Amino acid sequence: MSSKTVMNVMLAFYMAIFFGFLFGPLIVMGVSAFNTSTYPQVYPIEGLTLSWFEKLLNDRDMVYGLKNSLWIGMWVVVVSVPLGLAAAMMMSQIYSKARSFYYVIVVSPVLTPGVIIGISTVVFWRDLTTATNSKFLYDGVFMAVLGQSSFISAYCMLMFMSRLNRFDRAQEEAGLDLGASQTQVFFHILLPFLRPAIFSSAVLAFLSSFENYNTTTFAILADKTLTTVLAGRVRQGTTPAISALAVLIIAVTVVGAIIYEIVKRREDRERQARLDAAHAAELRELESIEKATHHA
Amino acid sequence: MLSSTGHPFIFLLPVLAIAIFWVMAKFEPKPVGVTKKSFFERNGTPVAIYLIVAVAFWSLFMIVLPQLFMVEMSFRPKLPPIEMGGPKDLYTFENYHYFIYGSTTSSDAINWVHIKAFFLTIFASLLVALFNFALCYPLAFYMAQVARPARVRFLLLLLIAPYWVNEILRAFAFRIIFSSGGLINKILLGMGWVDQPIDFIGNDIALYAGLGYAYMLMMIFSLYNAIETLDHAQIEAARDLGAPWWHIHAFIVIPFAKPGIASGCTLVFMLSAGSLAAPLVLGGPRSLWFTPILYDRFFQAFNWPQGAAYAFILLLACVSFVLLVLRLGRLSLGEIAK
Amino acid sequence: MTAAVEIDHLTVQFGLFTAVKDVSLQIRQGEFFSFLGPSGCGKTTILRAISGFQDPTQGVIRIGGQDMSGIGPNQRPTALIFQNLALFPLMTVSENIGYGLRVRGVPKADRDRKVDELLNLIALSDQGHKKIEELSGGQKQRVAIARALAVEPKVLLLDEPLSALDLKLRQHMRNELRAIQRRVGVTFIYITHDQGEALTMSDRIAVMNRGKIEQVGNGRDVYEHPQTSFVASFVGENNGFTGTITKISGDQAEIETSVGRLVGLNKKSLPVGTKATLFIRPEAMQFGAQGENNLSGTAADAAYEGMTTHLTMKAHDGSSIVATLTGAPAREFPSQGSSVSFAFATRDALILPA
Repeated sequence: MSSKTVMNVMLAFYMAIFFGFLFGPLIVMGVSAFNTSTYPQVYPIEGLTLSWFEKLLNDRDMVYGLKNSLWIGMWVVVVSVPLGLAAAMMMSQIYSKARSFYYVIVVSPVLTPGVIIGISTVVFWRDLTTATNSKFLYDGVFMAVLGQSSFISAYCMLMFMSRLNRFDRAQEEAGLDLGASQTQVFFHILLPFLRPAIFSSAVLAFLSSFENYNTTTFAILADKTLTTVLAGRVRQGTTPAISALAVLIIAVTVVGAIIYEIVKRREDRERQARLDAAHAAELRELESIEKATHHA
Repeated sequence: MLSSTGHPFIFLLPVLAIAIFWVMAKFEPKPVGVTKKSFFERNGTPVAIYLIVAVAFWSLFMIVLPQLFMVEMSFRPKLPPIEMGGPKDLYTFENYHYFIYGSTTSSDAINWVHIKAFFLTIFASLLVALFNFALCYPLAFYMAQVARPARVRFLLLLLIAPYWVNEILRAFAFRIIFSSGGLINKILLGMGWVDQPIDFIGNDIALYAGLGYAYMLMMIFSLYNAIETLDHAQIEAARDLGAPWWHIHAFIVIPFAKPGIASGCTLVFMLSAGSLAAPLVLGGPRSLWFTPILYDRFFQAFNWPQGAAYAFILLLACVSFVLLVLRLGRLSLGEIAK
Repeated sequence: MTAAVEIDHLTVQFGLFTAVKDVSLQIRQGEFFSFLGPSGCGKTTILRAISGFQDPTQGVIRIGGQDMSGIGPNQRPTALIFQNLALFPLMTVSENIGYGLRVRGVPKADRDRKVDELLNLIALSDQGHKKIEELSGGQKQRVAIARALAVEPKVLLLDEPLSALDLKLRQHMRNELRAIQRRVGVTFIYITHDQGEALTMSDRIAVMNRGKIEQVGNGRDVYEHPQTSFVASFVGENNGFTGTITKISGDQAEIETSVGRLVGLNKKSLPVGTKATLFIRPEAMQFGAQGENNLSGTAADAAYEGMTTHLTMKAHDGSSIVATLTGAPAREFPSQGSSVSFAFATRDALILPA
């Protein structure tokens, strides 16, 4: 056997272990959702059933938690995306001496453990609302949104920063030169340019919010989200209904990923068609110049 | 910091915060001889106001002030709400004292349980980071330098897919596998290799596996991004010169990918040390992870100041770790927080 | 008639670096005016100062007689065509052209009429719905011009817009730009480092070097009557011999150089003892005959270009001297290393201060 074959065999072996580790647990969980056994298990298959899904849908706490999670996720998108955008736009404008200080502050939530963000949010708002007699703001959903947005805004900021790096300043100047105000430039030129980043940071913000546990479990107080309900259930004991939930989430995300891929492919095709059109126009143009010079 | 009697002037805080940023923007220093537009002219007044309000709100009300309030609270005694702001509300070290010496009624001189949990958490998180690095490095290298683009795209998709499922469910999956009636024990028993199910959960093996699994993606991406920028010609050149494969990795790829390695290890360490879901789900009755103890300070002991103190201790540990990595790797924060 | 653009003692500094030094200039109404110079000479800075993106450190810019100090780029009667065109990729061709009118609040019907008119002018009538990405290089150029003209500027500023095109298209677009300018009659101010572009298109050219204007004149002036050594060597090919003036007779002077004593026209009336450079164009250099001034050396290279041949001779001091010839004599250029000699007439040589 040549050393190349040895390498390939090793690579295949490594890949098998790696992806086995990656997908094994999910597959086990997925199969257990359809097994009639009351303890989530893959083997032996005692019978196939969909009753665990039914049980899940009848679980009132879960459904309530899900609604709350969706509601919080939506608000996190509404808060984090504009904050992240503002922070990213500020980054290039803040003068250089203050910039590294600013950077440390706005990036710190990414590196701070989620539990600490949750705790500090609750402590701060409890004190603030007590001191200002505005107890109505001391609310689980409100604080979950703020606590999650604290670090999710930083994710959004990082995404906007990389997109802004590719912004051609001449676009902005062209807008101004044609008579637009700075505000019009922002809405007509910069925001459309940022649209892909706005979209992807919104998706990221929603997903991060939806699956967050560490921050939420503190910030939500006595209220519930899907993850906190889930954590409670898992601690109480294992039931295949939880596997069923996992299967549902996987199914939804797979569908989402497929739709995304289809949209992306269509965009790629359209873009390619435009580039082909440009190339054809280029050739026609050269041809016509050629002709014109010949007759002259 | 704020007494409960109610100070309406607290509403002035946001105004003050915005004023600070406003002044910063207004009196922005300008380099000599350069004529530059002011912050407001550059952005247009409405956008400039949006930027200032958003950044001031975020950085002060969502980042800086909560942290300061938490730290402040950690130095206060636990009191019933009535007595807050009263004569007993004095600054104290009792919460930190408790971390080290335990309660005054306890028989032990030192609070071994919590201290041990703290150091075990730090140590185990380090191990998880290193384990993750070892597991992910070959794949990251393969994707960044060897595989064709189409295959890389496919692998990336495979890698991301499991992370759509949330952390608790991932931990739950490990619980199914590792529990005494779980898949692995069934296999081991069925094969006749053991005659008693192994207690993976009680021995924390499930916990470490679950933590490693939970943050693999961060490591892969950090490594992949760093190794990808390495010019393949450098590896070819080294190979031409007869360097053995381990030499190429040790002296070319790894030094080059240093920022990515530092960032991957830092992220995994921080996430493990601060992880709550995995220890709650996968921790056995005897296992000691620091975050569940922290959690109990709030939800079982109802001792918020003490919880705040524990949280601050954890935060300090994480900050020290980041600073240590930066110092050891001679890196800047910008290089690892990407 | 007031000047379209008047630059009055303009100085622009970036920190310690002075990009434009005390420049004064008047550009006439309806003129095609070019700034020509190497990169970093300050020409782009002048353009940005006129368009309002760069505030002057000192000096004033007037457009149509009106002082532009403190007036932002979006308030000025200028339109700029960027080096990379800066078309808005997410808008269609029509939206791009109509953008200036849209932000001015022009009603949609009027806007559409104007856009159609301009699409006609640039021969893209039925292509208004297209995305910028679908256009060829030349079409993008035309859209950029139409977009700028839509706002009916008094002055159109062009920042090397042709530099991204390949040679054939570039030459074609020169003619087209010139034709459009004649048709619309707007003052064009054109920035370029390409002397061919400047010479073919412009009514007048300002040659710039190190933040200063060296010479202003039409193409013929600048090429045939350079006023400074920089202009002589930057515009077109030139052989330059530096030395000291030793003798003056009438409008001629003799200069002592490392390749011998040479005689040329002393239009600047430089006195004896001045350090100066004698310039002689390669096409004024003769080969195969003795003349008023003679240079000898060894044959180095003959580059055949069809209509012309560039002969290079290595002089005794090691410098290269080029002669550009048309027709038969070039064929007699000997092989490398043989001794040869070039000659030139005194009236073709120009002596300028070094």
